[in-house]
Amino acid sequence: MSGERVPLLKIEHLTMRFDGLVAVDDLSFTAYRREITAIIGPNGAGKTTVFNCLTGFYKPSAGRLAMLAGDETLLLERMEGFRIASDAGMARTFQNVRLFAGMTVLENLIVAQHNALMAASLFSIAGLLGLPRYRAAERAAIERARHWLDRLGLIARADWVAGALPYGDQRRLEIARALCTGPRLLCLDEPAAGLNPRESAELNTLLLGIRDDEGIGILLIEHDMSVVMGISDQIVVLDHGRKIADGTAAEIRADPKVIKAYLGEEEEAPLPAETEAHIGFSRTGNTC
Amino acid sequence: MAVPPAGPWSGLVRDALVAALVAGLLALPFVGLETYDIGGGALGIRTHFDRVAIAIAAVFAGRFLYRLLRQLYRERPPSAAPPLARIAAWGNRRAAAITLVGLGFALALPFLPMSSRYLIDLGTTVLIYVMLGWGLNIVVGLAGLLDLGYVAFYAVGAYTFALLAHNLGFTFWEALPLTGLVAASFGIILGFPVLRLRGDYLAIVTLGFGEIIRIVLLNWSAMTGGPNGISEIPRPTFFSLPFARNAPEGTTSFAQFFGLDFSPDHRVIFLYYVILALALVTNWFTLRIRRLPVGRAWEALREDEIACRALGINPTNVKLSAFAIGAMFGGFAGAFFATRQGFISPESFTFMESATILAIVVLGGMGSQMGVVLAAILLVTAPEFGRAFAEFRMLVFGAAMVAIMVWRPGGLLARREPSLHLEPRPTAAQSR
Ligand SMILES: Nc1ncnc2c1ncn2[C@@H]1O[C@H](COP(=O)(O)OP(=O)(O)OP(=O)(O)O)[C@@H](O)[C@H]1O
Ligand SMILES: [Mg+2]
Repeated sequence: MSGERVPLLKIEHLTMRFDGLVAVDDLSFTAYRREITAIIGPNGAGKTTVFNCLTGFYKPSAGRLAMLAGDETLLLERMEGFRIASDAGMARTFQNVRLFAGMTVLENLIVAQHNALMAASLFSIAGLLGLPRYRAAERAAIERARHWLDRLGLIARADWVAGALPYGDQRRLEIARALCTGPRLLCLDEPAAGLNPRESAELNTLLLGIRDDEGIGILLIEHDMSVVMGISDQIVVLDHGRKIADGTAAEIRADPKVIKAYLGEEEEAPLPAETEAHIGFSRTGNTC
Repeated sequence: MAVPPAGPWSGLVRDALVAALVAGLLALPFVGLETYDIGGGALGIRTHFDRVAIAIAAVFAGRFLYRLLRQLYRERPPSAAPPLARIAAWGNRRAAAITLVGLGFALALPFLPMSSRYLIDLGTTVLIYVMLGWGLNIVVGLAGLLDLGYVAFYAVGAYTFALLAHNLGFTFWEALPLTGLVAASFGIILGFPVLRLRGDYLAIVTLGFGEIIRIVLLNWSAMTGGPNGISEIPRPTFFSLPFARNAPEGTTSFAQFFGLDFSPDHRVIFLYYVILALALVTNWFTLRIRRLPVGRAWEALREDEIACRALGINPTNVKLSAFAIGAMFGGFAGAFFATRQGFISPESFTFMESATILAIVVLGGMGSQMGVVLAAILLVTAPEFGRAFAEFRMLVFGAAMVAIMVWRPGGLLARREPSLHLEPRPTAAQSR
């Protein structure tokens, strides 16, 4: 990283309770522009819950979620769910992929640009009349979709029905769809789950490319340590909803608390670096 | 499974025997015994064992033949798709040609040699249901919101026109835009309370909404005439030329203006073209809006509401727009219905109507415009053909629905046309 770090998202004292169960407990950290911030932790640590709070699917029990957009500070916990995406520029993917399965790949990406297109179609009036203003906007939307399809290697599948894609392609399509919204912060919930090692390595390159070219922040939940350790600028470790560590890959790897959380009391071996350490890998079926 | 030498036959016979036994057990009390009045309020019992025997034999033969045919069918190469699917695939491939032929036929219908007043009337009824089907298709097929009370908007449209005509002297053409507007408002009124509901819950609330509208119409006698309905609703005019034998003072009738002999058929033909035009407008609108952001958002909402929200789409607006626009077309159709009949009463807007319209959409294949036409023709004309065996009409109707849902669970012409394609890049290597 060169230059000064620009804060993008400040999470302060985020707490989420489900009657009795504290899924996220007083969590604070900051995600920066042009950085990849990974959130890791054993199953049930509360990672997906953090995303659901950030994107308005859950209303946090306590805490402040501030998106810093230029001079403005947007408090996410006070915004309506869909506005967090449209106004604050938060885009996300889901742990169990949520595509518009019956629609084509291209249509999925066009739907992601709904708000811009809706404005250009003057709430459908210009669109119904086929005015050039709307047609130009639609062409631009298709170009943007084409750009991301190219980037994610899905261009040959553009006219496929999304539900018919192989699993790896579906995951990448979901990322492309999130990127088509033109986000400030991209939240990815286990993007490498179910990918083979080659696909997973490609994903690393892709995420680094997005970080550098688009200048956006990425928040990444991942169990695959080869991804996390390889590309993260900052890692936040959760255990039972509490933050137990926060730092660079090297710091996290050496942190005894992290090792204990992952491997239990008895084992004290340091976390294996880079390769095939799939710690606690599993895909439990949490919704969203 | 090991099959003994005599296997296939003995298996078939055993299966048919079991079916016959079940049939016999059921037929014995239901068919075999008949109570009759022996006078003085007492009942006697007659037996009909011959009928029981016929039932048993029929079930045995039917089951045997069915299994036999299935077995023969299975031995054929797997490439042979079921006939219904093959017909549907053919229809989808030739969609453009079929549309043109169908449209030509619809336009020419009143002037075909075999055409009659009865046929044109039937065509008008079919087109009303086509229009209603297309309208409901927006809500159910595109937006995926199961609406069992669609007839409410049809009723609102009809009564709006009738009341505007009676109280404020509106003509059909003046009232038409307003009926759509009022029906759309009712769509939004229905939409608000059901924003959070989906699937079965939504279906039940919309069903209730349909009944509420009907009951209000029935009981608000001062306004709606209650069960007596509203009569003497003005007929539509041809650019303000009335269809009448003797035009009122100071006006010319349609026949006089064109120097024709008066014929009551003129109005029937005119009504036919009016509903054809209204239906075509509905279709044009739907096809067009499917390619616009709203239409795509409807479909996206049907696919996954949570993903929609995560993309910054306001689900409230999307749902309300679907309800409003679907209701608007229902309202137009209602106004047409009122002017065609000249008389409306709550009896025309029962749940049965909602069920028929929904059946047209589901049977045709959700979201398929051509499927709606096909299903409307089938459902509206079938009872006409069935007049001979009127008592069994509902039975045949039900059996046909079950059969179609078994063989074509997605509907007759279920196939979704993508709303846009990525045209091949000029420089890209040509593939396919
Ligand atoms: N809507 C909810 N209602 C009740 N409890 C919930 C809800 N959502 C999550 N939880 C609970 O909160 C805890 C954290 O769940 P979360 O899905 O955030 O874990 P996670 O870190 O994403 O796990 P994984 O790695 O398995 O995806 C779990 O115990 C879960 O059961
Ligand atoms: Mg999770």
